Amino acid sequence: MIAEIGHVALIIAFVLAVIQALVPLAGAQLGKTRWINLATPVARGQLLFVGLAYVCLTYSFLVNDFSVRYVASTSNTALPLIYKISGVWGAHEGSLLLWALLLSSWTVVVSIFSTGIPKIMLARVISVMGMVSVGFISFMLFTSNPFVRLFPAPVDGRSLNPLLQDPGLAIHPPMLYMGYVGFSVAFAFSIAAMIDGKLDAAWARWVRPWTNIAWVFMTLGIALGSWWAYYELGWGGWWFWDPVENASLMPWLVGTALIHSLAVTEKRAAFKSWTVLLAIFTFSLVLLGTFLVRSGVLTSVHAFATDPARGVFILVFLIIVIGGSLLLYAWRAPSLRSVGQFSIVSRETGLLLNNVILATMAGTVLLGTLYPLVLDALGVGKISVGPPYFNQVMVWLAVPLYLLMGLGFFVRWKKDSLSRLSRKAIIPLAVSLVIAILLPLLFAPEQHWLTFIGLISASWVALTALLWLLNSNTSPFKLPLSTWGAVIAHLGMAVTVTGITLTSMYSHEKDVRLAPGEFYEIGDYQFKLIGVKEVRRDNYIAYQGVVEASEAGKHLVLLHPEKRTYSQSSMPMTEAAIDAGLFRDLFVALGEPLGSGSWSLRIYHKPFVRWIWMGSLIMAFGGLLAAMDKRYRRRGKTKNEAVSS
Amino acid sequence: MKNSLPLILFGLLVVLLGVGLTLDPREVPSPYIGKAAPSFNLPKLYASTDSISLEDMKGKVWLLNVWASWCGACRSEHQVINRFVKNNQIDVIGLNYKDNADEAMQWLDNLGNPYISVAVDSDGRTGIDWGVYGVPETFVIDKKGIIRYKNIGPVTQKSIDDTIMPLIIELEQEAS
Amino acid sequence: MKKWITILLLLLIPLQVQAAIETYQFEQAEHEQLYKQMIEELRCLVCQNQNLSASNAGLAKDLRQQTYEMVTEGQSQEQIVDYMTQRYGDFVLYRPPVKSSTALLWFGPFILLIVGILVLIKTLRARKELADESLSDEQHDHIKHLLDDGEK
Repeated sequence: MIAEIGHVALIIAFVLAVIQALVPLAGAQLGKTRWINLATPVARGQLLFVGLAYVCLTYSFLVNDFSVRYVASTSNTALPLIYKISGVWGAHEGSLLLWALLLSSWTVVVSIFSTGIPKIMLARVISVMGMVSVGFISFMLFTSNPFVRLFPAPVDGRSLNPLLQDPGLAIHPPMLYMGYVGFSVAFAFSIAAMIDGKLDAAWARWVRPWTNIAWVFMTLGIALGSWWAYYELGWGGWWFWDPVENASLMPWLVGTALIHSLAVTEKRAAFKSWTVLLAIFTFSLVLLGTFLVRSGVLTSVHAFATDPARGVFILVFLIIVIGGSLLLYAWRAPSLRSVGQFSIVSRETGLLLNNVILATMAGTVLLGTLYPLVLDALGVGKISVGPPYFNQVMVWLAVPLYLLMGLGFFVRWKKDSLSRLSRKAIIPLAVSLVIAILLPLLFAPEQHWLTFIGLISASWVALTALLWLLNSNTSPFKLPLSTWGAVIAHLGMAVTVTGITLTSMYSHEKDVRLAPGEFYEIGDYQFKLIGVKEVRRDNYIAYQGVVEASEAGKHLVLLHPEKRTYSQSSMPMTEAAIDAGLFRDLFVALGEPLGSGSWSLRIYHKPFVRWIWMGSLIMAFGGLLAAMDKRYRRRGKTKNEAVSS
Repeated sequence: MKNSLPLILFGLLVVLLGVGLTLDPREVPSPYIGKAAPSFNLPKLYASTDSISLEDMKGKVWLLNVWASWCGACRSEHQVINRFVKNNQIDVIGLNYKDNADEAMQWLDNLGNPYISVAVDSDGRTGIDWGVYGVPETFVIDKKGIIRYKNIGPVTQKSIDDTIMPLIIELEQEAS
Repeated sequence: MKKWITILLLLLIPLQVQAAIETYQFEQAEHEQLYKQMIEELRCLVCQNQNLSASNAGLAKDLRQQTYEMVTEGQSQEQIVDYMTQRYGDFVLYRPPVKSSTALLWFGPFILLIVGILVLIKTLRARKELADESLSDEQHDHIKHLLDDGEK
């Protein structure tokens, strides 16, 4: 019964989404006020019914209604409550419903925080977001209905993959989707501006906070995925350049270019067509990612669904949304010409160059991800493109990017001189050089030029960011939040790249065979196997190892790596034991029993690995600060806005 | 017109993705097509002191069918192969891949043995040499010992009718 | 046919995606280094995008064993790569070989960057160089101060 209510709610939401997509937009074109005013209430109605559908699906999970096929394939009576709640978005159909829910929520929130936005523009924005809603809801109704029944209903469900019974992984999709959906706002505003035929600084001021918040969520979502892979998958890695991972990185890279481009459009009324194009590209990459993850076109451990039939639907959706927006761009871009002028050495140029590099990085990731498909489609053969390619190529692009990041704070708007820049850059560059050479010499077991490159990039960005705070005549505490946000976000980048560099260069990993009482040494650390015993829990039986880690002879911690066999699955799962630290992680995973009490173990020493995700948190915080800047929170219209609306 | 460039590039992307929907990213084509079959010399399943080697099959057109008793899909394929051997004078050698001899013999007892010989590849080395990455797989080898076709996955009646049989007829015409 | 292959291969894949721990011993450090590098750069053919190091599949285990033997025999990276590609084609390499079909892949990023910079230069040239006098640092800070105040 509940599932049917959910299904009907989804159908009603679909109808409302169609109305939302067409009526306000037509009203804006034809000047019909009543139609324009329908935007907000219809959006709220759509949210109500999508929300109802979502509640119905969650309810089905909570009461173990296995007559619903989606519940039967993703849940189980023995599943802990929290994972029943998160299981709703754990597989294809439910994740789409979450997407739709977040999308309609964002639409309503945008409609609420829209004082100062002319009604016509808001109507267009809500309509465009409604079009995206139509896409996702119809995708569900026609190919991926979460409410399909299963007859006869099984007594118990097939449990959720044990890998997914994890808090980190549970929260990762919602975070990522918040980011994806958030970028649809910038996209919608861009479409609205193109239809309107004009775009000004006020437009940029409306769009910036939404885009910054979307960026914050995407940063967190990607970082969560990386962190989860590290502690759950047991091979010490944190990024594999898997197509699905790349599908989230590409919009992040272009989204970063977008937030910088928006800054220029707001401050200097320049870069208008670039900003619009970047907004279209960012959201297009989001939709492309949705296609790649669910169509089966690329192989991935992550793939939600591998159904070419569903792939066709998404492809058509892509053609309509992206093709439509690019067509609009081709037609309307000339009317978005910016008149601002700037010289070759200027912050504008610096930011343009920054965006060129970010776009190249995104293009490179796209190239590497799709290249095997290209060769296969051409009949030339089958290849694989993996980490060795991406790691090598991306480093070369990242270095000039970091160089620019540092310069960006000093270079002036409109016109600057190279000699002035050199004067400003000398000290931070010199200090960075010293840091990059000295620190490894003092602390690292071996030297490598890649370490030097990583550290000099990180120090350069960090120092220039800090200097910017201290350099202007105003006290740092009087600087606007957007400046603080930028400084902190850049500091976050420095922290992350430090973590990446040091953990990539100085990690130590060893597979060893230990009998109880035997130990293995990495540097100052000693790992001694005490023993392995059997433990039983609600839904699994495990072998639990007890490993004593000591540093320089002194007892540090007892680690308990486990090898679990879940009741629903015959495959054993490794649950690694990690002693997390600010400057290093110690990581032990249990392997196989090798006879006479010996076991194989994998032992890692990973220096500075936490800095990767700490840096992401710092970056996200910076983005949040920037979004909270006072000028976005001004209530009511100012004189300027009253004139332009 | 430079403003149409993104649209044009997108169009190309759509074509690529559309084609991609018809392809299988997991399928690994064999690099051996048109190249000499890797040699092997393996003990026979039913006479473990005897051995069978690639050289034994020179001058004939034959099939190598990689199978195992633990492989589910091999069961349905087996009936197709039984029928195929019964209707045609083609030699099929079975390559018993990473299997248990008793279970393999039991399996053949139950489902029928169409093979002129069953080679035992207990550690899978020969499989690796032939580029086997899944079970079942079937190779068509010509009189000169060149691999001419690889069927990935179970052999179906359709693949026999459409591809394998016509190829065999063609290969039989060739000189040794 | 394709559906069969998918089902078949899905049956063969273990449902876990976790590291496989092998306790191989190496006499020489370079051997261990090469082994670790190889199992990270070689693809597990029956998995959904994993390297040999991360996979627990039977074939992955066999190929790791094979790699170990080749490494300890003293074979070079090139020889090992040749061995694998001879049997499985280029698909087994996560580091795509540099040949005419992959030239666009390896040089693409560089080309993209150059194209981007060229477009940038064209855009800049299309704008006239400013002929303003440049402001002194003091004047600049003063103006900036005024602007910041105005924004509050």
